[in-house]
Parts: sequence; C-alpha cells; structure tokens
Amino acid sequence: MKFVRKTSYDYDLRLFPEPEDRFWYGLLAVALLLAPVLLPPYFLGQAVLVGIYAIAGFGLMLLAGYTGQISLGHAAFFAVGAYTTAVLEKTMPFVLAFPAAGLMAAAVGILVGLPALRLSGIYLAIGTLASSFIVSEVIARWESVTRGASGITVARIRLGDIVLDSDAKLYYLVLAVAVAAFWLGRNILRSPLGIAMMAIRDSQTGAQSVGVPLVRVKLIAFALSAALTGLAGALYAHKIQFIDPDQFTLLLSVELLVVIFIGGIGSLHGCVFGAIFIIILPQVIAIAKDHLPRYLAEQTGLQSAVYATCLIGFILFEPEGLHGIWLKIKRYFSMFPHYQRDSQKQQRSHARGESW
Amino acid sequence: MVGFLQSLVSGVSIGCVYALVALGFVLIYKATEVVNFAQGELMMVGAFFAFTLVDMGHLPFVIGVPLAMACAALFGALLNQSLLRPLIGRSPFTTVLATVALATLLRSLASMVPGWGTQTHSLANPVAGQKTQLGGVILSHEHLIVIAATLLLCAALYLFFRFTRVGVALQAVSQNQLAAGYCGVPVKRMHSLIWAISAAVSALAGVLLAPMTFVHTGMGYVGLKAFPAAVIGGFGSIPGAILGGLFIGLIEELSGLYAPEGVKHVAAYVALLALLVARPQGLFGVSLRERA
Repeated sequence: MKFVRKTSYDYDLRLFPEPEDRFWYGLLAVALLLAPVLLPPYFLGQAVLVGIYAIAGFGLMLLAGYTGQISLGHAAFFAVGAYTTAVLEKTMPFVLAFPAAGLMAAAVGILVGLPALRLSGIYLAIGTLASSFIVSEVIARWESVTRGASGITVARIRLGDIVLDSDAKLYYLVLAVAVAAFWLGRNILRSPLGIAMMAIRDSQTGAQSVGVPLVRVKLIAFALSAALTGLAGALYAHKIQFIDPDQFTLLLSVELLVVIFIGGIGSLHGCVFGAIFIIILPQVIAIAKDHLPRYLAEQTGLQSAVYATCLIGFILFEPEGLHGIWLKIKRYFSMFPHYQRDSQKQQRSHARGESW
Repeated sequence: MVGFLQSLVSGVSIGCVYALVALGFVLIYKATEVVNFAQGELMMVGAFFAFTLVDMGHLPFVIGVPLAMACAALFGALLNQSLLRPLIGRSPFTTVLATVALATLLRSLASMVPGWGTQTHSLANPVAGQKTQLGGVILSHEHLIVIAATLLLCAALYLFFRFTRVGVALQAVSQNQLAAGYCGVPVKRMHSLIWAISAAVSALAGVLLAPMTFVHTGMGYVGLKAFPAAVIGGFGSIPGAILGGLFIGLIEELSGLYAPEGVKHVAAYVALLALLVARPQGLFGVSLRERA
C-alpha cells in the first residue's frame, strides 16, 4: 500500500507534489514533444484534432463539470471562435486575431450566460440550447460578414516569418495552447474562484449563504469556458481550412458533451481522455466496417449511433468515465491486495429536488 | 388581412403539433422528473411506425394510426424500462445526457432501418388536398383535422387523469412519488405507463405533422421546439404546455409573415429566452424553489 509522507509545506502548494507523478508527466512531456518525429503524418493530423477537442473540452468542463452549469450549446462558442478568426485574418495577423477570437467568444458567452443566471438545471440546459440555435442562425444569415452557407476559406497561420504549413508545426502550436489551457484550468481550480465555482456546483444556496457572489462567478465561468472553446474553434478553423455553418451543429455540442462525460466529468485530465476517445472512435469504426455485414457498413448514421451507444453505455455502467477507470486501475495497484470492487460506487439520492 | 388570418390558422395548426409534443414532454417530467430530450425523436419514430403500417403495410389509415400509437406506446415503455429505470436517483445531468444520447441514437438507428432510410416519405392520409374556403381564407382539411384531433386527445386525457383509477394514481406519482409508493401505487410501473402514454401522444403528433413536413429522420428537430413551448407554459403544467405550444406556433407563423428572413427558424428560441429572463416560471408555472 502507498502512504503519503509530507515533509514540507511545499507539498501542498505544488502542482505535482509526488516525485513519481513528476517522473511520469516528464516522460509524457518528452513523448508529446517528440510526437511529430514518432507518429506517421496521418496520426499527427489526428493528434492536432485531439488537442483541439481537448481545449474545447477544458472549456466545457470548467462550466459543466466544475460550476455545474449544463451547456447543451457549446458548439456556438466553437463556431464564434472559428468565424471570428476567419473573418479577422483577412486584415489582421494571427497573433491579434487569435486572442480576439477568444475575447469575442467570451463576450458571446456572457450574453448567453446573462439569461442563464436565473436558471438552473434543466432551464439552463434548454436556455443554452436555444442560444446556440440562435447563434448558428445568426452566423448563417449574416452573410455580409460570414458569407452564410458558402463558408469561408481560412489561410495558414503566419507567426512573423514562420508559416505553419504542415501538421507538425500546427501540432506544436496546438500543444502549447493545450498545455497553457490545462495549466490555467488547474490553477484556476485551486484558486478561490475555482473553489467558488465548485461550491456553486455542489449547492447554490449553500454557496450563497457563505457569501459566494453567484452572478459574478457564474458570468466569469461562462466567459472563461466560452473563451477556451472559442480558442479551440479558432485553431480548428486553421486545421480544417474551410468553415461553414454546417460544421457547428447540435451534433458538435453532443460531441463535446461526450468528450467531457466519457472522459470523466470531475477532472480536467478526463478531457484529454475524452478527446482521444472521440477522435479514435471513427478510426475504430472504419476498421470494424470491414468486418460488418455490408448493409450495416454502408449506413451514414453508423458513426453517431456508435457515439450515442458508447455514451449511454458509459452513463449506465461507468459514470466516472475513462478517468474513473484510470483511477480504479491506479487504486488497484496502490492498494494491492486490498482493492475492493465497489470502492468508487456512486451515491444515489432519492429525495426530490436534492440534486440541483 | 387575409394573409394574417391564413397565418393564424396555420399557426394554430402547427401550434397544436407543438402542443402535443410539449404535452408528452410535460407528462414525463411531471411523473418521473426526467427531462426527455428525445421527445422529438419519439414523435419521429411514431410517425415512421404509422408510415410503415399505412404506406408499406397497406393498412387503412383509421386502423394503421391507432395501431402505430399502440406500438409507440410499447416502444416508450420499453425505453423507460431499459434506459431510465437504472438511472433513478442519479443526478439530473446524467438523465439529461442520457436522453440527449437517446435522441441521437434513435435518429441514427431510424436512418438505418430498411425502408425508412434517409429519404423523405409522405404519409398518405384520407383528407389530403381537400380544402374549404371561408371568406377568403383557405382552410385545408388537414389543418382542421389537426386541431380537432388535438382537442379530442386533450379531452380524452383530461377524463383519463381525472376519472380513472390509473389516472389518479399517475397524478399521485407526479405530485409525490414517495407518498404514492406508500399508498400502494406501483411507481415504477406507473413510470413505464406514462412513457407509453407520452410516446403514443407524440406518435399522434408525428402523424399530424406528416402532411406539413413529411416523414423523415430530421423530424425530431421540429420536436425540439416543443421545449420552448413546455417552458413557456410553465414546466409542470399540462394546460400550460398546450397553450405554450399554440403560442409558439403562432409566433412562428407570424414572424414568418412579418419578420425578416430566417427569424422564423429561431422565433421560438428568442421567445423562450425573452420569457426566461422576464418570468422564469413560465406563464402558468408555479414558482417552486428548485427552479431558480
């Protein structure tokens, strides 16, 4: 069994207090930096998408997982980020357009959050859903700026003299943004703001009673979440190089929810697992298609059916997601041979109205 | 003026469809506290059942439609037993996510069924194309049937909930599950029953919607507009859901007539947000603590 022995106050302050954590994360860092050398080009492109979905997932996780505000319309912020950078880059360099995309998305996030302040639970979910439909309609109709259904082609990123014309170079940028977003998220969660957010998630009335300024914290959560997702959208626009309103539908919102739920709703790590899952799944389906009867393999609905089934499966059987499975594995080894199978079972509450 | 009256009629007509879907939604919410984001897809599946029985199975319309409603009822009960029962007591976020996933699953599976697929089908109905003229306004019989069917169904449901034992038991379950359980009401079975009723109501809504939008796997998005209807009516209120549906239908048609292009698609959602800001409990809802 593993025993934690603290020998200095530093232990409580550090982001990675355990020496073995530092070792494994160091190894991970080296692997990530060497990825363009180790991975074949196709997988490198997929890795870029994993990074993008992970950043968007961090955003949604901060809002849904840590502040308890369900957002069924996060695709709207993704779209705002993508379109802002696409439109601004006709006249501005990337280093200005990128933060501008984040700020624009944050502004839209605040707009969406304002009516949502008085809502909770299901009203919030419906309200965010409604807002996302309105945003996508606005994007589709505002043809003078967004060119409507014809879409916008996006040029490659130029940073000074460097043009990011290959997946490898884009990969490093996405990696840098993802690490920065993760570091930002982790630190926010350790700060009073993060604790206030979690208090709101656990009990809004309780948080109010101890003096948490609900309006301010919720709006900040919406703004941060939207900003991160908007930045992910901006990177997405540059990866795909062509955006149109059809790419940012309800299905994308559901995909983001899949990322945070299957990844594991209570942790930022989970977003990365969830992003890997959501990018790997189509590959697995494509490989499995060869073994399926021809009728099934040809269906266009197969991919979303598999997504939905996986999500339902995780909801029913593994509610803590991939991160939960990872924790169970770690716990098995650290508690060996005393591991109990149900040590992470979820609590059920049958009293009415207790959970919101 | 004629244009206005015309829009009024079609607004009430589509409003009745929204009202029926919102009704199904509120029935489930009241009895089980589950928010069913798959309500639109239940409507779509019900419409496809009707299509299969009437158009593919060549049954007469008046036999095929009630049979489709019965099949949808069975389908709804099975869904509740397999998916929602294991989720009793879990956090509402989980059930929301489960029903959102269910909606996506139903939509994809429906597109994979042989004969249904991704094409648009038309559902042959006995009054297709017939119209009457009333002082300049053309009333299509399909619209009139929609309104009549909605009224009949609401009356039937009212009588059912008020005067039958099962109906009263369902009312008990929607007011306080624990107390109803203590009184001997088989709560889990009642949940399946309410899902069955809700699915049947949505199937009828799908059949009534079919002349306007035809039967296709995207019908669920129309059902998505029933959520603003349910919220506007006040979440736990059945007459509110119906009036909310009519309200949304009218707003949509009128904004199609008077507002710029594209507003019609989002009119329902704008109305929803406006209402939520001004009056979060909806027009008829009771302001319970857990809502705000």
